[in-house]
Amino acid sequence: MTIPSALDPAAAVRTALPDVLLDTVEFRGETTLVVARERIVEVATVVRDTPGLVYNFLSDISAVDYWEPYGGWGERPERFAVSYHLLSMLYKRRLRLKVYVPEDNPVVPTIIGIWPAANWLEREIHDLMGIYFDGHPDQRRLMLPDDWQGHPHRRDYPLGYETIMFSFNADEIMKHKPFAKE
Amino acid sequence: MGVISSKLGNLGIVTTTLDEAVNWGRTGAMWPLLFGLACCAIEYMSTQASNYDLARFGMELNRASPRQADLLIVAGRVSRKMAPVIRQLYDQMAAPKWVISMGDCASCSGVYNNYALVQGVDEVIPVDVYVAGCPPRPEQLIHGILTLHEKVRGDHIKEWAS
Amino acid sequence: MVLQTPEKTGEVYKWEGSVEELKGLVTERAITGETMLLNMGPHHPSTHGVLRLLLELDGEEIVSCLPDVGYLHTGIEKNMEHKTYEKCVTLTDRMDYLAPMSNNLAFCLAVEKLVDLDVPERAQIIRVICMELTRLNSHLVWLGTHALDMGAMSVFLYCFREREIILEMFEMLSGQRMMSSYIRPGGVWRDIPPEFMPALEKFLDYMPGKIDDYEKLLTNNPLWIDRTQGIGIIEPDVAMAWGVSGPSLRGSGVSWDIRKAMPYSGYEQYDFNVPVGEHGDVYDRFYVRILEMRESVKILGQALKRLTPKGPFRSDNRKFVPPPRSELGQSMEAVIHHFKLWTEGFSAPDEEVFVAIESPRGEIGCYLHGAGDNKPRRVHFKTPSFMHIAALPVMSKGHLIADLVGIIGSVDIVLGDCDR
Repeated sequence: MTIPSALDPAAAVRTALPDVLLDTVEFRGETTLVVARERIVEVATVVRDTPGLVYNFLSDISAVDYWEPYGGWGERPERFAVSYHLLSMLYKRRLRLKVYVPEDNPVVPTIIGIWPAANWLEREIHDLMGIYFDGHPDQRRLMLPDDWQGHPHRRDYPLGYETIMFSFNADEIMKHKPFAKE
Repeated sequence: MGVISSKLGNLGIVTTTLDEAVNWGRTGAMWPLLFGLACCAIEYMSTQASNYDLARFGMELNRASPRQADLLIVAGRVSRKMAPVIRQLYDQMAAPKWVISMGDCASCSGVYNNYALVQGVDEVIPVDVYVAGCPPRPEQLIHGILTLHEKVRGDHIKEWAS
Repeated sequence: MVLQTPEKTGEVYKWEGSVEELKGLVTERAITGETMLLNMGPHHPSTHGVLRLLLELDGEEIVSCLPDVGYLHTGIEKNMEHKTYEKCVTLTDRMDYLAPMSNNLAFCLAVEKLVDLDVPERAQIIRVICMELTRLNSHLVWLGTHALDMGAMSVFLYCFREREIILEMFEMLSGQRMMSSYIRPGGVWRDIPPEFMPALEKFLDYMPGKIDDYEKLLTNNPLWIDRTQGIGIIEPDVAMAWGVSGPSLRGSGVSWDIRKAMPYSGYEQYDFNVPVGEHGDVYDRFYVRILEMRESVKILGQALKRLTPKGPFRSDNRKFVPPPRSELGQSMEAVIHHFKLWTEGFSAPDEEVFVAIESPRGEIGCYLHGAGDNKPRRVHFKTPSFMHIAALPVMSKGHLIADLVGIIGSVDIVLGDCDR
């Protein structure tokens, strides 16, 4: 069995789907393909099935929030981004697909049909980052209780609610701390 | 009598107070609930295992059912999702019951001051002994257990029977 | 508990406890009441922590299994966004608490990639030693608890006896038994103490015999074989599709080890095998891990030969790594660097990197997005236990509920790793 030689992922995607690639970024040897949000399923199918790419293993899906007070999104088009980290076990290399997600309509098509592993990874992002995955079969929260409000990993969500206790304010906090009764 | 007295000799009589006899019994076989949350649970397992051998204090028997347990060792961080479960476990335990909050996370949520964690398990259940450390060494946990024993030895029947 | 949260940003899903809500997740027979819905956990002796499983049972047979995680959700990723890179290392320890050093290394490699920082060779050897000791440490806990779940009590006591020796070595290195935070961006925290190398040497002589002992207890034990062979089978292609990695994937016959395939920290210089299973059942996953422990001992022996007692243990790039104490008394520059690093930390570019390493459980990946200043914009960990719990329904389908305990044990889950 001969293994077809490895292809450049950007060029291969551009050949297969001409108008889908918005940008490519190279940083420290990592390739990022920024693709159109609506067409992530097509791109994922292409990079998985094209001989010479064969990104067969979904390593990770992670979301990032470029909220203004923390650096802001600057040149980036939208507030949120979802990154898909793919691994090709055959060619021993990684690829990142990235989609930008607008603040007012945070929805991305699900890729659960391509990699079942995306199931929980997408649920986690839905729960913690508030980005919804269209077509996902299980829309329950994953990490937090079902009655939780808000999405904690967004940068506009506060880190905590309770004042940190130091020796100077310990007495004050101890007065109000809701200690449990028997 | 026969066999026992010939082996042990004349056992004689020991005089003590009822308080002390009851508390001796309680400290001698305090069964912990088989319950672990996070990192501290691993150190708790180490305490149970060969090197530290918690059986020396009559605690080798972990009960998985809260109905049969006397001691709840909260070993690890308590998330807001877990807090109601812990309260329920505590409520299901039969009195007399004690709680050791093991580690910084359970005592005051340690290095995490954030949305997900209860800032100290004492907001959910009453705690008898706090053990510091992240995670505490087995020796520290044993010290916590001995401190609890001391506390139990100071109990009076009058106080809880009224 | 009333929480002051910001404006709710989307629809809030509420599970009121009605079976109707589970439509599509369990079979129709559960809705009509023909099969039984059973709740296992979050307080259960053999779920390795606080995992909750909603099981649909037909008699004793599992029809479907819905894992529910998050009982240990700690918000570590969110906390990291509010700390400098140096301080984040402390938090990574507490994710996968059986293999703290693996988390350290994944995060530190990501930081080093982000800021383009080189690590001296000797530091990499120390890191490899730490990684393999961590692997042994983690596998020992796994073996002990897995055997305990299946009813073999004595293995637990033996495993924890050996584990104490490893923890003592960690204490020599870092002063802490478990949460050592020993691996830092740019190298390791401090040089190895003089008593470490003799201790490791002694341990390497001692350990292989002990692994033989575990094998004597379990490998050919007919009871163990009955309980584990043919249970929890996952086919290689299914395993890959579900993101199963590490020894659990190798148990299915896929020879994929990041240490071998995409080496980091100089793993390409070590001679070791990647044990591979055949059937993908509980027994194969068990046996792969046992063989892996032997390989770890082998790597440790090679690393010990290469390790020199003295030499650099972290990078001397003063912009990212604090200067040694000896320099502080003589150099004004060193004082400034020290002050800057411990108050402000170093800045990283507004870019993203993803680094994955082979932890004892599988592929642990760190996605790190800098923000152009001293704190990360986003840290996300892809953790093996998370993927393995997601794949539990596939493995447990059609098995008896008693075997589920073995399956959970065999994929070696740590709930802190899963929930973060």
